[in-house]
Amino acid sequence: MFEVRVHGRGGQGVVTAAEMLSVAAFEEGRHAQAFPSFGSERTGAPVVAFCRIADKEIRLREPIMQPDAVIIQDPTLLHQINVFAGLKPGGYVLLNSRHSFEKLGLAELVKAGQAERFCTLPATELGLKHVGRPIPNVPLLAGFAALSGTIKLESVILAINEKFSGKVAEGNIAAATEAYQLVKASMKELANA
Amino acid sequence: MLKQTEGSKAVAEAVALCRPEVICAYPISPQTHIVEALGEMVKAGELTPCEFINVESEFAAMSVAIGSSAAGARSYTATASQGLLFMAEAVYNASGLGLPIVMTVANRAIGAPINIWNDHSDSLSQRDSGWMQLFAETNQEALDLHIQAFRLAEELSLPVMVCMDGFILTHAFERVDMPSQEQVDAYLPPFVPRQVLDPAEPVSIGAMVGPEAFMEVKYLAHAKQMQALELIPKLASEFKQQFGRDSGGLVRTYRTEGADTIIIAMGSVLGTIKDTVDEMRDAGHKIGVLGIISYRPFPLQQVKEALVGCKRFVVLEKSLAVGMGGILATDVRMAVTGTGLKGFTAIAGLGGRPIPKASLHKLFLEAEKEALPPVSFVDLEWDAVNKQLAREKTTRRSGPAAENIMHDMGIVSAKFG
Repeated sequence: MFEVRVHGRGGQGVVTAAEMLSVAAFEEGRHAQAFPSFGSERTGAPVVAFCRIADKEIRLREPIMQPDAVIIQDPTLLHQINVFAGLKPGGYVLLNSRHSFEKLGLAELVKAGQAERFCTLPATELGLKHVGRPIPNVPLLAGFAALSGTIKLESVILAINEKFSGKVAEGNIAAATEAYQLVKASMKELANA
Repeated sequence: MLKQTEGSKAVAEAVALCRPEVICAYPISPQTHIVEALGEMVKAGELTPCEFINVESEFAAMSVAIGSSAAGARSYTATASQGLLFMAEAVYNASGLGLPIVMTVANRAIGAPINIWNDHSDSLSQRDSGWMQLFAETNQEALDLHIQAFRLAEELSLPVMVCMDGFILTHAFERVDMPSQEQVDAYLPPFVPRQVLDPAEPVSIGAMVGPEAFMEVKYLAHAKQMQALELIPKLASEFKQQFGRDSGGLVRTYRTEGADTIIIAMGSVLGTIKDTVDEMRDAGHKIGVLGIISYRPFPLQQVKEALVGCKRFVVLEKSLAVGMGGILATDVRMAVTGTGLKGFTAIAGLGGRPIPKASLHKLFLEAEKEALPPVSFVDLEWDAVNKQLAREKTTRRSGPAAENIMHDMGIVSAKFG
């Protein structure tokens, strides 16, 4: 079982991200369970959502305490809560930022893990560019597909088409595609370094 | 058709497939997405003929359901928590009048302290209301139970609550197999009421009944629930024939062959319990699970039969009878009267407290050793409790318990994120 925790703030589509991730996994014939950290969602407040992916029925109903991956939709959360709490050794970290982990003062964190499983992505900028809104969730999902290989970009696009239609869907697909390529490029760069 | 969707949405679709003619709901908290989705379907003309009535309170929601059901319409509503309490008088009336309303209860805690999260306090508070109560383990079962519930209710002319864990199931996206309209139509015939307000054949529904006949009417309600003990398994077996899967029934056992210890529970926590039991079975422990689907009527005989071969059992419940202990546990103990079986009650998950596998593992190991007190509280913060108890002993004006406990635990406000 692969467990993902998504951190963000109310209004950034955190819960939607986990739900779409589960839809993408479902489209690949896998079992998936997405759920929010239950509570009253308020704009700007820290929000957590979870997604489990497995090849058999998922019966477990506890919150994800030791994730295989964390997706952080808002870098300002780094100063507020421990978004890396319980992250499994060798786990994946995808962070919404224009800056590198080193620049954000997280070099030690990368050193403690597997560097090729850490990536930053300017997801807010991609959302603005392609959808006209600073919502980073879809670009991050596509970035996560590139980084972890857990789901395919095509499945993310299927999930986008299930959730959105018309221009919004087109914009999100463009944002997702660019995000996927950016992460793949930075992974290649790291491998060649 | 297989689809990945939210529990509430899945239930809304299943309810729509049951062709309800009146849906009434009070649309603010603690309401779920279920009636929201149904409201959209009615407005879009996808669910017809059906009237969606936006009422002014939960009391009105049940009152409208009583009226529409008495007029011969298949009637549905949903609520939770405080909303269920607010409709309580009408809840008793619906069953007392023998009206086959189906209601989803998205199980949540009851305040005070104010809390919006999951436990079973709400529907269990209506234990003696005369409604049947079926508990779903998964979203698949939740949607399946609604289809069965209309048949059960209408056959016996008694209302049914389908109980599903609030948030844990209602807000979870998972895979469900959504039946087709043809399948549901083949299973659930149109509503033929046993009593109906009809100007052509006038009857009175809800007249005063004095001491000379009240007990007889109440006894009949009990007799009908006893009939449900036979009907529920029959409906589950017909459901399996039509839809090809096991859903519903009275109880469900899991790995109880040769089990010395059996864990009993209701609702979605059964999933976490089964995962824990699998790990313990792999390590050689003789442990199994008994899930209770029908809480009312309570299947005393089936519970006894499932437990009779074990040495001890633990009732893990998301409810607390203050001043007594377990609510479900009391019924289970009644079922095993005379067997000499050792039973333990474990209260867990109140107000949305997570029930992790690690805590269950610890609890079950202690149960195996029979090292548990008769009533225990899973993951209770004893330090905070004892501090407040000590404060109350030494200080007359000890202050509000909830505020003190939060302060002692260093909690600034209820945590949402």
